[in-house]
Amino acid sequence: MSNHYYHGLAKSMMFTIILVSFTPLLIIALLAGYQYSVAYKGKVVAHLRELVLKHDQNVDSYLKEKIAEIQVLADVEGIANLKSEVRLEALHNSLLRHHRGDFVDLGLVNSKGIQVAYVGPFNLRGANYAEAEWFKNVQERQVYVSDVFLGLRGVPHFIIAVLIESKGEKWVLRTTLDFIMFNKLVEDIRIGETGLAFIINRNGEFQTTPRKDIIKEVPFLKELAAGKNEFSGFVQRRGSISMETNPATGQETIFVISPIKNGNWLMIYQQDVSDAFSDLNQARNIAAVVLLLGGIAIIAMAYLMSKRMARKVELSDLEKDMMNEQVIEAGKLASVGELAAGIAHEINNPVAIMVEEAGWIQDLLEEGLYVDDNEREVSRALNQIRSQGTRCKDITHKLLSFAHKIDPTIIRVCLNDLIHEMAELCEQRAKYANVNIETSLADNLPEVAASPSELQQVLLNLINNAIDSMDPGGGELDIATRFENGVVSVSISDTGCGIAKSNLSRIFDPFFTTKPVGKGTGLGLSIIYGIVSKMKGEITVKSALEKGTVFTLKLPLAGLELEQDEKSANSGCVL
Amino acid sequence: MNTEVIRVLLVDDETGFTEVLQKRLGKRGLDILTAVGGTVAIQILRKNDFDVAILDLKMEDMDGIEVLKIFRKMDPDMPVIMLTGHGSEKAAKEGVSHGAFDYLLKPCDIEELIEKIHQAVNR
Repeated sequence: MSNHYYHGLAKSMMFTIILVSFTPLLIIALLAGYQYSVAYKGKVVAHLRELVLKHDQNVDSYLKEKIAEIQVLADVEGIANLKSEVRLEALHNSLLRHHRGDFVDLGLVNSKGIQVAYVGPFNLRGANYAEAEWFKNVQERQVYVSDVFLGLRGVPHFIIAVLIESKGEKWVLRTTLDFIMFNKLVEDIRIGETGLAFIINRNGEFQTTPRKDIIKEVPFLKELAAGKNEFSGFVQRRGSISMETNPATGQETIFVISPIKNGNWLMIYQQDVSDAFSDLNQARNIAAVVLLLGGIAIIAMAYLMSKRMARKVELSDLEKDMMNEQVIEAGKLASVGELAAGIAHEINNPVAIMVEEAGWIQDLLEEGLYVDDNEREVSRALNQIRSQGTRCKDITHKLLSFAHKIDPTIIRVCLNDLIHEMAELCEQRAKYANVNIETSLADNLPEVAASPSELQQVLLNLINNAIDSMDPGGGELDIATRFENGVVSVSISDTGCGIAKSNLSRIFDPFFTTKPVGKGTGLGLSIIYGIVSKMKGEITVKSALEKGTVFTLKLPLAGLELEQDEKSANSGCVL
Repeated sequence: MNTEVIRVLLVDDETGFTEVLQKRLGKRGLDILTAVGGTVAIQILRKNDFDVAILDLKMEDMDGIEVLKIFRKMDPDMPVIMLTGHGSEKAAKEGVSHGAFDYLLKPCDIEELIEKIHQAVNR
């Protein structure tokens, strides 16, 4: 078979191995990867949410705690005490002691907005807060926590103010909370490279300092916050999560948003997705590298293995072909053996005549060459010897032309000529077996593509089998060629014992024989089958018990590219 | 020893062989009648008596063994010497088992053949 075939075989094996190895690998990798990434992302997001929820609570309780402290002061201390700066200072010092400096200052403001008493680092006694936002608000709400603002002191701060009513007069106790301390509550939330938390108010103003400059994000954050939470203080919507492309950085970003201070502020945590899921990405990269290396290994292995396997198949095919050739040769020798008996006898007769004629010449010479008719008789005897010698030569020539080494080369063969030759060769054997060989050969027969020596073997075997089947008693052996529907066929029919139906399907099997042990190898027909199949021909058999058997060979026509058989070239076969 | 001329029936389908053998044996004082093929030989034997028959084993018209069996029936006293080519010794021995006196392999020495003939006649 051609190299092309084995290349194709190797290729299809390679693709099969790759497909079979890759499919489950990819399916598992994709499924497991997807599941893992979903689970991992879920976990990360849940963790971030947890973090934000914890901190928003912290901030809320921080504010509530501070408010409660101031309310306690307002309730317990009378206005008289609060008006006294000495007393106020004592209270402030106590607050500083217990709250690590959260309360920056403490002041009492009268109904007109004038700060009548003040303790703290700034000189704010007498300051007028009548127009301050917080002062207006506290009148309505009793307790008010302001947004962060610069105020009179020019430093970011925010105020807790509590309204006190005493003897029909309204007072406001106010304190400033340390912005830096408050800032730390959220500033400490930092995860990975880009994770940061901050607080904004309704207007999108920062209430804490983000650890990075994200001022550009503000309009987007406002919009986002409006969409997500509407600043209406829905405490039940704490920790809502959104993944959006941050227009400021162009990165996909996770936002965790929680309302605090009754919905007046929003605590926002943000982190780039790539940063938040960096471990996942790393795992994904490792998996991709492993998959890639595995893939390369699989392809390399598939390539090598399929190549090796194709090579093995090629070698075993080669071995099989060689075995076939040997079996064919052995079969040929066996058929030559069968021929030998007939030919030995054929050659023995002329040899016997020659020996006797030579003896006769000796007899005559003993008498004297010139006695009677002796000279003429010697000359006759010599002629006889020569003609018998020629007879021997013809026989050996025929035999030799058959017995030369098998040449399986397929060339153009004139089937009729070959059949003539074979019929002649078998004539002697047929004569003794009382078989009459008849040939009816079509004269429009085109040449066929075959190896002449192998075709000879096929015909010889079929003829020998036919003669055997008519033993004893003999019969008729017809060899006919035909050219019909573009097919050249030759049929060899005998009037022999026929083949039982039960055996018909097995006759081409190797070692199947009905001959007694030692008489037949059971290889003849299987070899024929092999040869005919190799020539891309066909062999069929029809048989009826006690009536005879017909073997029909169909042979492929010779294409123009084939070389011409020398013999048929000389004899001028009809095309 | 029989003083009369020994009459021999020589059966073979090769005329070239029977002719020259007839001449050689005739020169040695034997009376030879040749028959080409088994059928002719049987016809001849019907009308003639012979002291000995020389019979080829393989002939086109009849198998030598078949002819031998007929000869044995027609003239059981007549010894038959089988002649055969190399390679058919087995068949020749079969002939002996069917009552042939002996066999010789073709081509044979003329003296040996004559001795065999004498042995057969004087058995």
